[in-house]
Amino acid sequence: MEFFKIKRDIPFMRHALVFNVVSFLTFAAAVFFLFSRGLHLSVEFTGGTLMEVSYSQPADLGAVRGAIAKLGYQDVQVQNFGTARDVLIRMPAVKGVSSAQQSDKVMATLKEADAAASLRRTEFVGPQVGDELAADGLKALAFVVVGIMIYLALRFEWKFAVAAIIANLHDVIIILGFFAFFQWEFSLPVLAAVLAVLGYSVNESVVIFDRIRENFRRYRKMDTVAVIDNAITSTISRTIITHGSTQLMVLSMLLFGGATLHYFALALTIGILFGIYSSVFVAAAIAMWLGIRREDLVKGGGGARKEDDPNDPNAGAVV
Amino acid sequence: MNRYPVWKYAIIVIALLVGFLYTLPNFFGEAPAVQVSAAKASQKVDSGTQARVEEALKTAGLTADVISLEAGSVRARFASTDDQLKAKDAIQKALVPDAADPSYVVALNLLSRSPSWLSALHAAPMYLGLDLRGGVHFMLQVDMPAALTKKAESLAGDLRTVLREKNVRHGGISRNGQSIELRFRDAATLDAAKRVLADQFGELQTVEVQEGGDYKLTASIKPQAARTVQDQALKQNITTLHNRINELGVAEPVIQQQGLDRIVVQLPGVQDTAKAKDILGRTATLEVRLVEESSEARAAETGTGPVPFGTERYLERSGQPVIVKKQVVLTGDNLTDAQPGFDSQTQEPTVNLTLDAKGSRIFKDVTRENVGKRMAIILFEKGKGEVVTAPVIRSEIGGGRVQISGRMTTVEANDTALLLRAGSLAAPMEIIEERTIGPSLGAENIAKGFHSVTWGFLAVAIFMCVYYMLFGLFSSIALAVNLLLLVAVLSMLQATLTLPGMAAMALVLGMAIDANVLINERVREELRNGASPQAAIHAGYDRAWATILDSNVTTLIAGLALLAFGSGPVRGFAVVHCLGIMTSMFSAVFFSRGLVNLWYGRQKKLKSVSIGTVWRPDADASAKAE
Repeated sequence: MEFFKIKRDIPFMRHALVFNVVSFLTFAAAVFFLFSRGLHLSVEFTGGTLMEVSYSQPADLGAVRGAIAKLGYQDVQVQNFGTARDVLIRMPAVKGVSSAQQSDKVMATLKEADAAASLRRTEFVGPQVGDELAADGLKALAFVVVGIMIYLALRFEWKFAVAAIIANLHDVIIILGFFAFFQWEFSLPVLAAVLAVLGYSVNESVVIFDRIRENFRRYRKMDTVAVIDNAITSTISRTIITHGSTQLMVLSMLLFGGATLHYFALALTIGILFGIYSSVFVAAAIAMWLGIRREDLVKGGGGARKEDDPNDPNAGAVV
Repeated sequence: MNRYPVWKYAIIVIALLVGFLYTLPNFFGEAPAVQVSAAKASQKVDSGTQARVEEALKTAGLTADVISLEAGSVRARFASTDDQLKAKDAIQKALVPDAADPSYVVALNLLSRSPSWLSALHAAPMYLGLDLRGGVHFMLQVDMPAALTKKAESLAGDLRTVLREKNVRHGGISRNGQSIELRFRDAATLDAAKRVLADQFGELQTVEVQEGGDYKLTASIKPQAARTVQDQALKQNITTLHNRINELGVAEPVIQQQGLDRIVVQLPGVQDTAKAKDILGRTATLEVRLVEESSEARAAETGTGPVPFGTERYLERSGQPVIVKKQVVLTGDNLTDAQPGFDSQTQEPTVNLTLDAKGSRIFKDVTRENVGKRMAIILFEKGKGEVVTAPVIRSEIGGGRVQISGRMTTVEANDTALLLRAGSLAAPMEIIEERTIGPSLGAENIAKGFHSVTWGFLAVAIFMCVYYMLFGLFSSIALAVNLLLLVAVLSMLQATLTLPGMAAMALVLGMAIDANVLINERVREELRNGASPQAAIHAGYDRAWATILDSNVTTLIAGLALLAFGSGPVRGFAVVHCLGIMTSMFSAVFFSRGLVNLWYGRQKKLKSVSIGTVWRPDADASAKAE
């Protein structure tokens, strides 16, 4: 079977400007929503108490809300979680009241109303922990960005590093934009998914950059644009197949993973889709604007190349 | 060119064998068990305890599948939960006659059903996190400023005493936050005081301030000493928590220090969270009282008479009853420190107590009036008192420094000091994070994670087989090996598997196939360009390798960042993610190459390889004919 019967190199770079404009617009929209709506952060970040209560019958959310409101807690969110019988209750942290007291009190009230109510899980996070988690998340993001840039700069060249990071940060921002627009809950697993996507979709750019380098060595007469077009064209089947495979896994998580993994899988799905887009259409284009040249990658002719990679099977193919 | 030397196959076979062996325990599942461990540090669990457990079971007419002694606890495995509950009652009755003073913790647990030869190899199933098995997780923050303030307070008291002893006249000593201010009339006394401080108070550093005609010295705790105080406060709290959790009867509690001032407590399987919180949050108090020495009291001690009016009967830790007066001499608030030590003359182990100024005054008076009598130090927890120690007063004790000695081993001295501190100086703790997961939710989470991985894996494997034919099959087998090795490594390391961890497992499998797709596409491309099958396989693997390495390194960077900065669920994700990347490099490249070499490598005149359609843009017709 072969899905990709491409006869000639697709002139991706001819439309680079269009793609970059599209990217920029999506990016701008994501940033706009991030600022205008903000992320709907989970209790892990904001601090507070979360309770998952299960009923034997579909739960009456209004009654639950009423019962909790009587206890005098403010800003309590009550919603279904997964099924109609499971209820998720979110309460902001109250000064002077320990979480233990808070969740015990709420549970006692709910049990009074319906004896079948059972507590499936509670989660309490103090405000100090929440701030730390947010700070740690940003640190992790910075670590990933810097780490990948250093690695790519060493392995390729700074222009590639910059291009790859811009392209993939743009994915990250777009994922966040989706979460802000739909007000999906942004929790720690989602953060993990976002960072994993960052590492993963850089792969894509790396594969294409690898091919660009190889093409620079192999096809001495091609100009930069043609080299990039060829590199993208010859790797596109692999790009789509691997992303497809990963997406199959993520889809399976989305279908079978339940409510806990729902947003995690969703973040990955968006990340994977935009990962394809950004590495095919954005990363290489940025590298092109930054002015990559053959000389950047193929240093000093034959001698240096052997030093680079003594086993390079292309060594003989160079004219 | 496509042949592996024997040693490479040997590596593959060994890796598979080891992987299989360590994955195996996960298939046996878990059986209900009863676990007996020591409730007190002084209590030993050994083969004697095991014999007693066996005896208890025999008299109750129960047969355990296996009874083993492991890591300081006796574990008995049963066929059904019914037997397990009955056995728990029987053992409890036999080993813990007095529920108020348990020397053993008898807890319900789940044990792996894997045969003993696997356990002997230290092959155990993966360690499931709380979100998969249910339980409670707490993170407690120790109030370090409070601990330091307390230390400063006690040092201020000491300073007063010492300066008075040395005849250095000061114009007032006061504690201001965590520092101590000393005022003097003239420079000479200030210098004298400074010498005393440098000499006897190594923990303090001083700053001189001159304010008008006033000479002022500000002493603060040296950072190094402050760290020691914090360390002690933390250890103290951890020990206290240990003692309290023993009471809950949890089979495998986790109590760990996290960072400088935090403690994580995990209680798998505990459902009654209200009780757990109550016990964890309890505070112990300490009281010093005089022992009643009258003949009625003696009679009450031996159990032949009633407890006299105005007195109470408490048990010593050895079980020896002590009759003490109801009147409280001192409380734990006046005790600022308790440390184990050695007597400078007899070299006997001792416990050294330090009292604050008020405590010292009272203590001096009481000891002067009661020389030759006994004094009891009682620790109250949950309204239940226990006599920690009841020494005889040999002479008047002034200065607030008390030494308890005699008939003590070093371990006992340590324990006593610890208990005394538990009742007095444990820095306050606060729960800053709490997670409770019900057992049904845990089981559901396992099922969800398992289904995600299974269905995802099958979908990918089927696609690979259809698209790449035999090479796809090789890739799928390599992917299965990746899963096998990942589970084996997780079992070996006993890393905690959580639901995000299972998600990472699925994700890693999805990403690992990337390497095989890269290789297969490359081989196809080489074939398309007219290379011979053998050369195509060789070149495909070789050229894809650099790319695979690059892409795995970038993914690994992200994984490491998560490992370094993540906490809780993110950490569980990161561990599996990083390990999965490592195992995928082995399976996707080294192992799959081995399979291909085994299949195709020996055929000298290989005409075609089964890797699906190799489509050539210039020769559509020939491709169709293939």
